[in-house]
Amino acid sequence: MYLLLAWRNIWRNRRRTLITLASVAFAVFFSCMMQSMHTAAWGNLIDNAVRFYTGYIQVHQQGYWNDKTLDNSFENQPALQKKIAGSPHIVTVVPRLESFALASGTDRTKGTLVIGIEPEKEDGLTNLRNKMRGGSYLKTGEKKVLLAEGLAHFLKLSPKDTLVLISQGYHGSNAAGKYEIAGIVKFPSPQLNDQVVYLPLAEAQWLYDTGNRITSLSLLVDDPEQVEAITESLQQELNATQFEVMSWQEMMPELVQSFEIDRLGGEIILFILYAVIGFGIFGTFLMMTAERRYEMGVMIAIGMSRLKLQAVMFLEIIMLALGGTLLGVLLSLPVIFYLHYNPIPVTGNLAELYQNYGMEPVIPFSRKATIFLRQAYIVAIITSVLGIYPIWFIQRLIPVTALRN
Amino acid sequence: MPEVVIRTSGLTKVYQETKVPVKALGGVDLEIREGEFTAVVGPSGSGKSTLLHIIGGLDYPTQGQVEVGGHHLNELNDRELIDFRLEHIGFVFQAFNLIPVLTAKENVEFIMLLQKLPAKEREARAVQLLQEVGLGDRMHNRPSELSGGQQQRVAVARALASRPQFILADEPTANLDSKAAANLLNMMAEMNQREKATFIFSTHDQRVIEKARRVITLEDGVIVSDVTKA
Repeated sequence: MYLLLAWRNIWRNRRRTLITLASVAFAVFFSCMMQSMHTAAWGNLIDNAVRFYTGYIQVHQQGYWNDKTLDNSFENQPALQKKIAGSPHIVTVVPRLESFALASGTDRTKGTLVIGIEPEKEDGLTNLRNKMRGGSYLKTGEKKVLLAEGLAHFLKLSPKDTLVLISQGYHGSNAAGKYEIAGIVKFPSPQLNDQVVYLPLAEAQWLYDTGNRITSLSLLVDDPEQVEAITESLQQELNATQFEVMSWQEMMPELVQSFEIDRLGGEIILFILYAVIGFGIFGTFLMMTAERRYEMGVMIAIGMSRLKLQAVMFLEIIMLALGGTLLGVLLSLPVIFYLHYNPIPVTGNLAELYQNYGMEPVIPFSRKATIFLRQAYIVAIITSVLGIYPIWFIQRLIPVTALRN
Repeated sequence: MPEVVIRTSGLTKVYQETKVPVKALGGVDLEIREGEFTAVVGPSGSGKSTLLHIIGGLDYPTQGQVEVGGHHLNELNDRELIDFRLEHIGFVFQAFNLIPVLTAKENVEFIMLLQKLPAKEREARAVQLLQEVGLGDRMHNRPSELSGGQQQRVAVARALASRPQFILADEPTANLDSKAAANLLNMMAEMNQREKATFIFSTHDQRVIEKARRVITLEDGVIVSDVTKA
């Protein structure tokens, strides 16, 4: 009967209850939409950023990240790659040898970033083949290079032209090579577009006289949310004195910062929204208690304990909160699911910008369960905090005073 | 002779809600015996409701002692007083006695639910009491669908439902027309006989006074007359 009493109590003022439910539902709906968009957009952006170059996790020789020289490279052991590839959640292991060189064309020279890659594996991580803007993609074992478009333009080189690289190799040896340009790749990042040269890994190892050494293993994972755990587990598995295992968050702190700033902005908007809704709910609670002061006085007078009365009132609060939250989630579910499978297309210059960064020109939506659960617990916390007032009101109610009123 | 079940001595109540203290009761000494049908009368502000509230364990006296059914109410805390009221007192107030969202039957059952009686027993007694107060055909109606007189009869049924030792009614006929008031009083007199509960009314309604077998008159918080009819 207590449940029945609470249920009927919330419907004694139908209009007010509907308004309260609608306001909670609206807040939940709006928050779910915002969170869904934010999660998906950043998920895409992060995935794009890590696939762009670093991968989700990298394994280096201990000390390499702080001092990126060939002297801090390590032996490319198939056993090590196999061990890492066999770890849970690891999808791809991509070896690289990175260094710098002076690149010369017909009459110009420029400092460049030289990356030795296994062409097929690299394509699996960074979709390098899709960035081709001329010529053909690299093949393992050939003595050719891929040149970034900006660099090719500066050096006035095209596919089939010759590029000369001069640098310092492993342990101070001389490094020089002459390569045919297989193709041109375009990067949206001007920094990369003006300085990258790709070589097949074996050719880069020959150029820098490193033997079978590499500077990094970049890893792709199947669940980006597990990166921290995977990094930790790999660090424990590998010899910690020889290797450093770094997550994308450690390698790209500026991206983490941007994400946090954007997330904070969103949280502030949600906080304002929930504060407005919270005041609305509090108004309802004030009315619920004020208009039933006499009735509560009667109930305590006839022998109802304060605890039971408080429990009935709390049930009413829970029903309102739960009802509003459920309504909000039920409203947002079909919309989010629809937008997840049919994302909002972006057009014009913005679409071009998205494509330049290798991203689909759409506003994506995530349908992760945590998005909906989070709203439920936020509303639960707000209503529980606001629900202290009616509980306090009943605790302080003097029946004889209530009856006199 | 029935035993004394309510005893007050030197009962004083001073309200200090404003800067000027208001003396509602000024040393009331009173004894009420089991099964009495007593009216406490007096003009507005004479202290009738205050006396009923203190006897019913709704309020504490400023001074003096109150013993009801063997319980020294001055010594009970808030929680103990709630339990005391639930087990020993049935209240009927002037108006708006009932829980508006429950039906007549649910209102009567509610007090037995608080006493944790089994559902079957609750239902049987609620139906029986509502039939006895003449509302057998209105038990599924909510208070807003009942007249003032009918609502008061449901309140009496509810007050009796917990089988209390005492029924305290604070101006129960104040909002009723003559016919409804007469019906209610007849019914309460009958219940007094049948349920063996001690009834005390506060009233300034002459019809109630005529029905009462004992009339205690209060003026300015003191008893000025106490008449038991033959």
